[in-house]
Amino acid sequence: MSTNALKRAGGAGQSGDKIFSGASLAAGCLILAALFSVAVFLIIEALPVFGADPSEITGGDGFFTYIFPIVIGTVIAAAIALLIATPLGIGVALFISHYAPRRFAQGLGYVIDLLAAIPSVVYGAWGYAVLAPQLAIAYDWLARNLGWIPIFEGPASQTGRTMLTAGIVLAVMVLPIITSLSREIFLQTPKLHEEAALAMGATRWEMITMAVLPFARPGIISAAMLGLGRALGETMAVALVLSGGALTASLIQSGNQTIAAEIALNFPEAYGLRLAELIAAGLVLFVITLAVNIVARWIISRHKEFSGAN
Amino acid sequence: MSKRIDVKDLNVYYSKFLAVEDVNISIDARSVTAFIGPSGCGKSTFLRTLNRMHEVIPGARVEGEVLLDGDNLYDSAVDPVTVRSQIGMVFQRPNPFPTMSIRDNVLAGVKLNNKRISKSDADALVEKSLRGANLWNEVKDRLGRPGSGLSGGQQQRLCIARAIAVSPEVILMDEPCSALDPISTLAIEDLINELKSEYTVVIVTHNMQQAARVSDKTAFFNIAGTGKPGKLIEYGETTNIFNMPSEKATEDYVSGRFG
Repeated sequence: MSTNALKRAGGAGQSGDKIFSGASLAAGCLILAALFSVAVFLIIEALPVFGADPSEITGGDGFFTYIFPIVIGTVIAAAIALLIATPLGIGVALFISHYAPRRFAQGLGYVIDLLAAIPSVVYGAWGYAVLAPQLAIAYDWLARNLGWIPIFEGPASQTGRTMLTAGIVLAVMVLPIITSLSREIFLQTPKLHEEAALAMGATRWEMITMAVLPFARPGIISAAMLGLGRALGETMAVALVLSGGALTASLIQSGNQTIAAEIALNFPEAYGLRLAELIAAGLVLFVITLAVNIVARWIISRHKEFSGAN
Repeated sequence: MSKRIDVKDLNVYYSKFLAVEDVNISIDARSVTAFIGPSGCGKSTFLRTLNRMHEVIPGARVEGEVLLDGDNLYDSAVDPVTVRSQIGMVFQRPNPFPTMSIRDNVLAGVKLNNKRISKSDADALVEKSLRGANLWNEVKDRLGRPGSGLSGGQQQRLCIARAIAVSPEVILMDEPCSALDPISTLAIEDLINELKSEYTVVIVTHNMQQAARVSDKTAFFNIAGTGKPGKLIEYGETTNIFNMPSEKATEDYVSGRFG
């Protein structure tokens, strides 16, 4: 009888392979299951809202009228945060990866990472107690000099606890996320491409625009999306900083509210239909986050063949 | 276009370590000069000092003079950016920008310093450069495709097209064929032969047949031992270096008796 000597070679290695692939499959499934169960929970708990009479909903004009202002508020707060934090984060990351002396860059990197470790309630307290009073002075100036622009319309809040302040606090909170991720990606730019640019007579900035930034583009988008995720969902800091209210265009008056803060402020006393309302608001936030991520994926994939991955 | 290079008493250091010692060499305009020698003898390091690319490496510095038609590259008032725009470089591994199309890769150097160029001028320059690099016929129908989609040999020729698009005085090549197959290598060697009618070409190579095939003059670098600086041992007409070298070390190396 002839036996194939190639069969059953290296049994130990094979079982290791099987265990690992099983473990990674289980981990992947677990994430999907968690996401799925959250979605199911949100939908089931929110269902009563969609069957309810409009007059029973907070505000008395139905769910859409209730949710619309706080959706806009959420988007504005997150947009302010990203508008400030993305350019700043990219700038700081570039400074660390390509400009600063090595030892100084490392120190700065640690400090930035440390910013991410501060609890959001601390940021909220800082924004409320320190930042807002300072900004109130600036808001007063803005209202007097640039008041004709709707977003700076007066009278400015005397406490400074406005949408703009909340956005700035959020920007500080998402800055470490964007900076750390961008820095890691900038550092991974192939030396080959940096040297190609420099050897053509590019200045350091031209080298960065030619080799570093295009290479890092998908990573920067991902970093901004992670930052956006945090900004959209941030609860404590906004709840503490923002003196909420009705939707207003002016960012320097009190008013506006975000979904996360609305849920956090009202959840303890909510029951029945009110509870379903807040969960429905959570569902809307979930959908917004999902949509933003899908758009980001799409933007990245559009440029796939120029990513250098082929 | 095309200028000569004169190197006077050049020492190259990595921090305190002397990597290349006391090089004196004159490289003629419109010729191909090959640098040969064992690994670690400092020939690539020396090549990089000819367009100040060694400055990219932390701690690297030089003493001495490199004159481009009499102008010292290391004069304190000279910006390395200007030097590199006149002395182009092709690297060991092909490095077209992966995020750019073939066309944009060719124009990358031209668009530096915010220089504006009209579309028709750009089209003409792209065709001229790609023809100059013997790549036009292979890529003319896909100029908008990513440069990273080409084969290794094509990518290297694209890098040469990118280098000649800016009309440099000198083109430095650091082992341009070491990552390529024999057919692509042949294509690059043919190209080097054509380039020397317009440019000064300096090429570092490990392949002695290649040096013999493409170069007019050859410089042999050697190193006495680990930790010792690399030195220029002999420099002369390529035929002389390979057939009747005056130094024993050169003869040992080119005849394969190196050890």
